[in-house]
Amino acid sequence: MSAQFLQFLLAGLTVGAIYALVALGFSIIYNASQVINFAQGEFVMIGGMCTVWLANAGWPLPAAIAAAVLVAAAVGLALEKLAVEPARGASVVTLIIITIGASILLRGLATIVWDKNIHPLKAFSGEAPIQLGGATLLPQSLWVLGVTVVIVLLLSWFFGRTLLGKALLATSHNRLAAQLVGINVRHVLLASFGLSAALGAVAGILVAPITFTAWDVGVMLGLKGFAAAILGGMGSGPGAVLGGLVLGIVEAMGAGYVSSAYKDAIAFVIILAVLFFLPSGLLGRRSSDRV
Amino acid sequence: MKFRSMLAALAVLVLGAAQAQEPIRIGSFLAVTGGAAFLGDPEQKTLELYVERLNAAGGVLGRKLQLIVYDSAGDAEKARTFAKRLIEQDKVDVIVGGSTTGETMAMVPLVEAAGVPFISLAGAVVIVEPVKKWVFKTPHSDRQACERIFVDMKARGATKVALISGAGGFDKSMRAQCLQVAKNHGIEIVADEAYGTGDTDMTAQLTKIKNTPGVQAVLNVGFGQSPAIVTKNHKQLGISQPLYQSHGVASKAFIKLAGDAAEGVRLPAAALLVAETLPDSDPQKKVVLGYKREYEARFKSEISTFGGHAWDGLMLAVEAIRKAGSTDKAKVRDALESIRGFVGIDGVFNMSATDHVGLDISGLRMLEIRKGDWTLVK
Amino acid sequence: MSGRTASLATLAGIVLLLPLALQNNYYYEVAIQVGLNAIVCVGLNLLIGYAGQISLGHAGFFGLGAYGSAILTARYGWPPLAALASATAGVAVLAYLIGRPILRLRGHYLAMATLGMGIIISIVIATEDRLTGGPDGMPVPALAAFGAALSGERVWYWVVGATLLAAVWLALNLVDSPHGRALRALHGSEVGAEVTGIDSARHKVKVFVISAVYAALAGSLTAHYAGFVTPAKVTFFHSIELVTMVVFGGMASTFGAVVGAAVLTVLPQALTVFKEYEMVVFGAVMMLTMIFMPRGLVPTLALTLSGRRLPR
Repeated sequence: MSAQFLQFLLAGLTVGAIYALVALGFSIIYNASQVINFAQGEFVMIGGMCTVWLANAGWPLPAAIAAAVLVAAAVGLALEKLAVEPARGASVVTLIIITIGASILLRGLATIVWDKNIHPLKAFSGEAPIQLGGATLLPQSLWVLGVTVVIVLLLSWFFGRTLLGKALLATSHNRLAAQLVGINVRHVLLASFGLSAALGAVAGILVAPITFTAWDVGVMLGLKGFAAAILGGMGSGPGAVLGGLVLGIVEAMGAGYVSSAYKDAIAFVIILAVLFFLPSGLLGRRSSDRV
Repeated sequence: MKFRSMLAALAVLVLGAAQAQEPIRIGSFLAVTGGAAFLGDPEQKTLELYVERLNAAGGVLGRKLQLIVYDSAGDAEKARTFAKRLIEQDKVDVIVGGSTTGETMAMVPLVEAAGVPFISLAGAVVIVEPVKKWVFKTPHSDRQACERIFVDMKARGATKVALISGAGGFDKSMRAQCLQVAKNHGIEIVADEAYGTGDTDMTAQLTKIKNTPGVQAVLNVGFGQSPAIVTKNHKQLGISQPLYQSHGVASKAFIKLAGDAAEGVRLPAAALLVAETLPDSDPQKKVVLGYKREYEARFKSEISTFGGHAWDGLMLAVEAIRKAGSTDKAKVRDALESIRGFVGIDGVFNMSATDHVGLDISGLRMLEIRKGDWTLVK
Repeated sequence: MSGRTASLATLAGIVLLLPLALQNNYYYEVAIQVGLNAIVCVGLNLLIGYAGQISLGHAGFFGLGAYGSAILTARYGWPPLAALASATAGVAVLAYLIGRPILRLRGHYLAMATLGMGIIISIVIATEDRLTGGPDGMPVPALAAFGAALSGERVWYWVVGATLLAAVWLALNLVDSPHGRALRALHGSEVGAEVTGIDSARHKVKVFVISAVYAALAGSLTAHYAGFVTPAKVTFFHSIELVTMVVFGGMASTFGAVVGAAVLTVLPQALTVFKEYEMVVFGAVMMLTMIFMPRGLVPTLALTLSGRRLPR
């Protein structure tokens, strides 16, 4: 019984860590621009597909990964520069629709540049399952969990210690004030898109050996990442991580103990229940309206 | 008036192309994008390749073939609109298409009302049971796949089976059929788990199956990447009972995705996958080998049985038009219904008034994956 | 209001004259779909454009209307009109019950909650296959009234056209009523509106219910018209599509909602000539339109044509 519980927990943590990375991407862009970037899932796709493509072309895996993250970041920067910045001053809903358009465009491009097939990626360090108290774990899951922890630590260092990080935070708290103290808000916006695109790509690469990758993997992961970010509290870094992990574990436990057909519905019922009692998510800022 | 001018421009485009000569128009709508793209993509390629070949060989009845394909993205609503477009606007003579059951069923009322011969490429048994006058299909029905699997399980002494299936139309229809016919084959379904479309981990469901007492075999019904994930999870959890997959994963892509975990997995599939290893006496060998070579030479990608469904659909339509000697819709329909002994990719078709698939269970071969390749289970 | 009458008359004129351009049933089919989508969008626009409350779950209401009709007629043998009315009324009650707690949420949290609601509805519909036919859908009997079954695109064109006109007329009236003014005040500033004595919760819930009813009615009509219903139209993607139509056409413009529905329904049909580039072109059109016309098609064009500032 407890081995079974442990198995569900491990499954939930692995999936949850991926949701967390995607959710962090949502939060970073949201903080800098108040935009919910619905193309976030496409960064996940670009990361995975590009790595597979380069690896198949004979690149060594580390080089392929690095290049894929850079490609995704470049796409993120281009998205900000070409689509979000020219629409500055538009309403938030308009910006959301622009990012939805971008996600359709990017998926379409992926089917042309690459293809419509599903692709595997070799696991980073073998596929021999690790036994753990009666449950099993793939080495790739350890990669997912480990890299997620490292990224969370790096991000907290970045936002707490570096100038650009502090500028990002300041912009999220009060854009006008940030501008007044000499922060170049445009650069901050650009940096936020590049950073979260890179994060999304990392998530896509980490998960590809477990779940494969294809031109449309970003749709589902984007949706779950958004749900995780909201559950944790949009704009909160720790919230995004917590939201991702909770969502992953709830899904696994729901599938294991209640009903596998209804596990997604169970997850959303729990999110709705949380929002009912905590209207700004688990760790979200309690904001009051300025009149 | 944006709407009007747009439609007018479109009409000019379509009509302009049609006036050059009077070709035989073959209409199609396929899930070229969307979640079922891996079905629609090879289907479209196959149709395009062979319409080209037939035209190069002088066409049919001395007339060229014209192929009109729309991408329904697997969405039934879109499929219905495109079906109307094919019937009303493009005035096609026959429709070969419908990658998924949902698309097919949504347009059945339309072709029945308009009286257009329609050959579906989708799997569920509801398409042809009860028999609909104008509707035919080429792939084996999901019920036949269930039966083929259960026969093999029984032969190996496995009668207590755990079922795990996806949330798509194919998955749910086949699951229902398997639950229904299990008893006839002395099979008891002792677990019945499900997963969602796009799910990335099925260890929770498989752990439950693992802990279910008495399970002797596991059957996964689904397509896309999910069955490959199930296969990997099955291995990861060290489940010792053999894993069966459906004909929905019958392409090399599945073996590539699942990797080593695919070793020992069994599934029912058309002869196409083992074309080279078929004995020379096999009536299908020439046809399947020819299709495999031509497709792979042209598209530089591995064959799948889904493209084979489209080959069968197109060739059955052409055969019927030849037999009817015209494109008169009622005559073509009657000719379709009277096709006997037609050797295709999915098997030997023997259509009749009561059977609009015309395939028996023998066309489905039981395959096992060994050393990363298909082998025929004797 | 002369502006109101004028735009309603324009729309009526288009509905009346359009058949001259519709050469065959396929054109009628597209026109009918435009009309059905437009009905949903006119309702949704009341919520998004006027009350400033986002919903990413309206496909759920659409689906409940469609499946309510389908199940009551096909499984329980109800007369179609009674099924349509009950399904729509049922959705109204449900929207009222859900609306109270959900509309306390703001902005993106509201978006998430409505999204979750829509997804739960679509999962239930896709899973309960004994009742709904599952992912492959189920057939729906034709709409019959007073002993005569409505069938054929040409009949349905007028049914949908008339329903759309009624829907637009109601929406325009609502916008100009005290309730509509209260809504716009809410959109401006919720706290500000409450200070002036507007019961914001009541107004928000009311417009939420109205927009859900519009969606359910369109869903019911779609099911009876198509004769078949699948969960594809209940998904989160369809919800997004609906919101896109509203924003594309122009928020807080009832006419804009109709235009948005028309353009985004016809566009995919027109883009089939681009074959594999279809998605790329569609995405690019969406992005470019929103970048260069952030207020949506109709308000921007109206602004350009009249050369003056647009009234809110």
